[in-house]
Amino acid sequence: MGNLLSIITFIPLVAAAILALFLRGNDEASARNAKWLALIATIATFAVSLALLFGFDPKNTGFQFVEEHAWILGFHYKVGVDGLSVLFVLLTTALMPLTIAACWGVEMRVKEYMIAFLVLESLMLGVFVALDMVLFYLFFEAGLIPMFLIIGIWGGKRRIYASFKFFLYTFLGSVLMLVAMVVMYRDAGTTDIPTLLTHQFSAGPLNLFGWQIAGGLQTMLFLAFFASFAVKMPMWPFHTWLPDAHVEAPTAGSVVLAAILLKMGGYGFLRFSLPMFPVASHILTPLVLWMSAIAIVYTSLVALVQEDMKKLIAYSSVAHMGFVTMGIFAMNQQGLDGAMFQMISHGFVSGALFLSVGVIYDRMHTRDIAAYGGLVNRMPVYALIFMFFTMANVGLPGTSGFVGEFLTLMGTFQVNTWVAAVATSGVIFSASYALYLYRRVVFGALVKDSLKAITDMDLRERLIFAPLVAMTLLLGIYPSLVTDIVGPSVTALISHVDTAVAGAAAQTQAAKN
Amino acid sequence: MEPIILFAPLVGALIGGFGWKIIGERSAQVLTTALLFLACVLSWVVFIGFDGVTKHIEILRYISSGSLDTYWGIRLDRLTTIMLIVVTTVSSLVHLYSMGYMAHDENWGDDEPYRARFFAYLSFFTFTMLALVTADNLVQMFFGWEGVGVASYLLIGFYYKKPSANAAAIKAFVVNRVGDFGFALGIFALFYLTDSINFDTVFAHVGDLAKMNVHFLWTQWNAANLIGVLLFIGASGKSAQLFLHTWLPDAMEGPTPVSALIHAATMVTAGVFLICRMSPLYEFAPSARELVLVMGASTAFFAATVGLVQNDIKRVIAYSTCSQLGYMFAAAGSGVYGVAMFHLLTHAFFKAMLFLGAGSVITAMHHEQDMRNYGGLRKKIPLTFWAMMIGTLAITGVGIPFSKEMFGLPIGFAGFLSKDAIIESTFAGGSMYAFWLLVIAAAFTSFYSWRLMFMTFYGEPKGDHHAYDHAHESPLNMLIPLGVLALGATFGGMIWYNSFFGNEATMAHFFSLKDGAAPGAGAIYMGAQNHVIAMAHESPMWVSLSPFIAMVLGFAVAWKMYIRSPELPAIFAASQRPLYLFLLNKWYFDEIYDAIFVKPAFWVGRMLWKKGDGEVIDGTIDGVAMGIVPFFTRLAGRAQSGYLFHYAFAMVIGIGVLMTWMTLTGGAH
Repeated sequence: MGNLLSIITFIPLVAAAILALFLRGNDEASARNAKWLALIATIATFAVSLALLFGFDPKNTGFQFVEEHAWILGFHYKVGVDGLSVLFVLLTTALMPLTIAACWGVEMRVKEYMIAFLVLESLMLGVFVALDMVLFYLFFEAGLIPMFLIIGIWGGKRRIYASFKFFLYTFLGSVLMLVAMVVMYRDAGTTDIPTLLTHQFSAGPLNLFGWQIAGGLQTMLFLAFFASFAVKMPMWPFHTWLPDAHVEAPTAGSVVLAAILLKMGGYGFLRFSLPMFPVASHILTPLVLWMSAIAIVYTSLVALVQEDMKKLIAYSSVAHMGFVTMGIFAMNQQGLDGAMFQMISHGFVSGALFLSVGVIYDRMHTRDIAAYGGLVNRMPVYALIFMFFTMANVGLPGTSGFVGEFLTLMGTFQVNTWVAAVATSGVIFSASYALYLYRRVVFGALVKDSLKAITDMDLRERLIFAPLVAMTLLLGIYPSLVTDIVGPSVTALISHVDTAVAGAAAQTQAAKN
Repeated sequence: MEPIILFAPLVGALIGGFGWKIIGERSAQVLTTALLFLACVLSWVVFIGFDGVTKHIEILRYISSGSLDTYWGIRLDRLTTIMLIVVTTVSSLVHLYSMGYMAHDENWGDDEPYRARFFAYLSFFTFTMLALVTADNLVQMFFGWEGVGVASYLLIGFYYKKPSANAAAIKAFVVNRVGDFGFALGIFALFYLTDSINFDTVFAHVGDLAKMNVHFLWTQWNAANLIGVLLFIGASGKSAQLFLHTWLPDAMEGPTPVSALIHAATMVTAGVFLICRMSPLYEFAPSARELVLVMGASTAFFAATVGLVQNDIKRVIAYSTCSQLGYMFAAAGSGVYGVAMFHLLTHAFFKAMLFLGAGSVITAMHHEQDMRNYGGLRKKIPLTFWAMMIGTLAITGVGIPFSKEMFGLPIGFAGFLSKDAIIESTFAGGSMYAFWLLVIAAAFTSFYSWRLMFMTFYGEPKGDHHAYDHAHESPLNMLIPLGVLALGATFGGMIWYNSFFGNEATMAHFFSLKDGAAPGAGAIYMGAQNHVIAMAHESPMWVSLSPFIAMVLGFAVAWKMYIRSPELPAIFAASQRPLYLFLLNKWYFDEIYDAIFVKPAFWVGRMLWKKGDGEVIDGTIDGVAMGIVPFFTRLAGRAQSGYLFHYAFAMVIGIGVLMTWMTLTGGAH
């Protein structure tokens, strides 16, 4: 199985091609076939990707399952995974079948919808396995297109505005990254990521239009990548596209967006920013830490006053991503382990929360919190599941939501107690907005006439949530499942960064003498 | 055996909560209760058979990251065994009581099943509480800490149709989270400084912490004191100490058995347990301990003043709980951790009994909770009356002063021994502030407790005659728990007096204390300089007598005002109206918090949303994008008409062109 990663990556794309080329007709039967084919393809992808989990050696901090082929125009097709990426592959393959199952009720352009998700899955997987910069960029950017279409065609009333906002933000960020990549290629002479990881980009001071830039070239490159990843995460104050995108996106689109697409930013920081520009990362750490802490408090307070369920959860997502960037830039074992854990956990929890909104949106066709109230009286199973994920969202110990927050805060405390204290106050705000939302939607007497006939979750919906509940609990009780895999790679990354920073400091010292 | 104690309630909660449709509501109740009694019996076996050697039982790895290494497990020492018997005894009795209390509930319709859910929540609470007290590291403790918070949230909001119950539930959770904020920072600081959050390792480092300075926020702190203060913030959230106490009275929205179990006997004492568990640290953190002492004494006083004038029977007992918790903290702050645990134990018995008794009264009076509508119930519900009487004798501290000196053994109800031990200890510890506040609070305690008794059971029936006429004694399954707790409230103090306080040799054996032992060797730690116990035994006569006098005084005033001249309270309330309103409105804490925290949070949130996100961020970016947007909106028009795929295709081409350009220019390198 020398080409396991390619097989995983392209099964969905092949399925999409089959759908596009061979499935004809617009009747119900063809729509059903499209859904089943998409479901089977995504499940197959997941099944095959399990081989990664069993074949992966956590102690080996290098890249595994590496494939390399010459490609067009002198480019290389090179893929592989290490401890930082393998879990994202699994997260993606695990969530996609659930996503497909969640859009079973879609009636408009079902075939195209399925194609969009299948293509999206391949592109997202490509981002996490690519070991060539050009390949990475292709997947990273191309992933925008299906998401853009999913929001723009199957979205809500203001879908055009939201999809363009989404597209513009992320695309403009990426343009800068592209420029940086060109510079890196000219500097290092290669687009091969493993080689670039060992390449030392100049960190000497740089004079630009009379401005003295500490960290020089590294800082410039860092900022260019930062523009892309910070928008993608999204970090405050580049986050305003996300609530709009989530509100207008169809449920399945929101799930993918929150659960997987956002993680590309965090993954980018770990794959590029930290190891390739360690000196710049070190210089800019206070900035990023404070941006993260502000994000946590700011977006939590904004979440408190939202009237739209999806918007509230979207803002809560931004707050949770704040823990991720904070953990990454704490640059110690607990911080980075926590950031990785938080991303994986958030994949399950935020996905489940958006699905929870979807469950009642499908019934009532409104996301307005005020339109609900007292659902527990008619939907006890839904109330239970929504409560479970609300608690996971507020970081209750025993659920996966706790471990990431706990570790990132613990890591940050060692670096900056102010940031840690401000960010820790997020546990108060998250409890406030999440429970306040839950109370308004689920608790109370059921008085609204429109809700009198609402039905509880059906079997399909329960089957979608079951694995999410299981994963959230499993990771919450036995977090070593994740930390054992990412830990060694994180340790290697930290020692790489520390060495580079120490080396740069020694050089500066030598230059002074 | 210990894992069975821990997991039996969890099994009960899972089967009761998820399987009741299969096994039936009745079986679910019986099963959860039976499993709790199993855990209770085993706990007593463990408690009695405990040999003084700390045992560590590892169950499963928990969070590990770098040098952080924690596991799910059980730490079994004297503190744990004490908590085990407190938690499982009260919990099993409350389960039994609830079978009667929850049998009929007018909040639910006939087609709404609620009993199995209630029992599942109770058992789930018990599991998390046991996880808290058996923890061998701070992160498992934090799991239990927040777990009991969730259980409490669910049970306070059990009547989820009532807006007031929902509001109280959220308030409890959020205020507790304020405490958890401090607790979490304390854990982070401990890990930062000692590289571990496992108790044994932490205890081994407390000596170093005392000599270490650490920069936290704006200034340098002594490491031990900093951690002590942070952990105390956590403790005061859970244990409803002054400033973080506001959730506890509101928590009375939950069914009464919940109040007895969670908001009197067990969960709220978790903060006291935390301080005692961390006694090696606090012995090296004198300033933090001072804070604990002052806050504890202030809470005891504050809550007692509020309790004087409340009219809701459960609120009186709630403020009483808050006040008694203050006593426990004052003891811990004085450095007599054993005495804090002693009062925790005796309080669990008599306070649970008072609550369950109140529940019995409330059931008898058809869910009337206002004491102004009670009166003359002594003859209607005599067994409940006697149970409440024993509880009142215990909490007010009735006993024979100097009986130890005279007869060689102390004679008195449980509270007499434990509370007097606390008051003597604070005097011995040298804090006159704490001593006098606690003595005054003892007088207030006596007053409000007797006031409750007189208003409820004596005089003429004042409320709805229909309710009074139909008042009837509770069923047996509610009376048995009262009887068992009455035994504890009567004899608990005398049985354990020497182990917790009275005799230093017995105490050393009980807690495995050795002279010169390292911190963490015994269940609690008292430094070489800590002679408070010995000094407390030598207290002057007037000090030992003062709580007794306070108790008599409180009784006399209550008797005068509510039996002899019942018109007096109204006269006082009218003549001291501002003071009366100040107390009746609980020192206006809720109003102040609403004005300075809750409302501003919403206001800031709205401003950040509309102004920050809307005008500043989007405004700026829209401004920048003004040149580009029209171009895209034109495209958007086409997108709507179905050409989106063409656009997407154009994008891919665009990226391809960029890539090519990059290759060519890059290739020149």
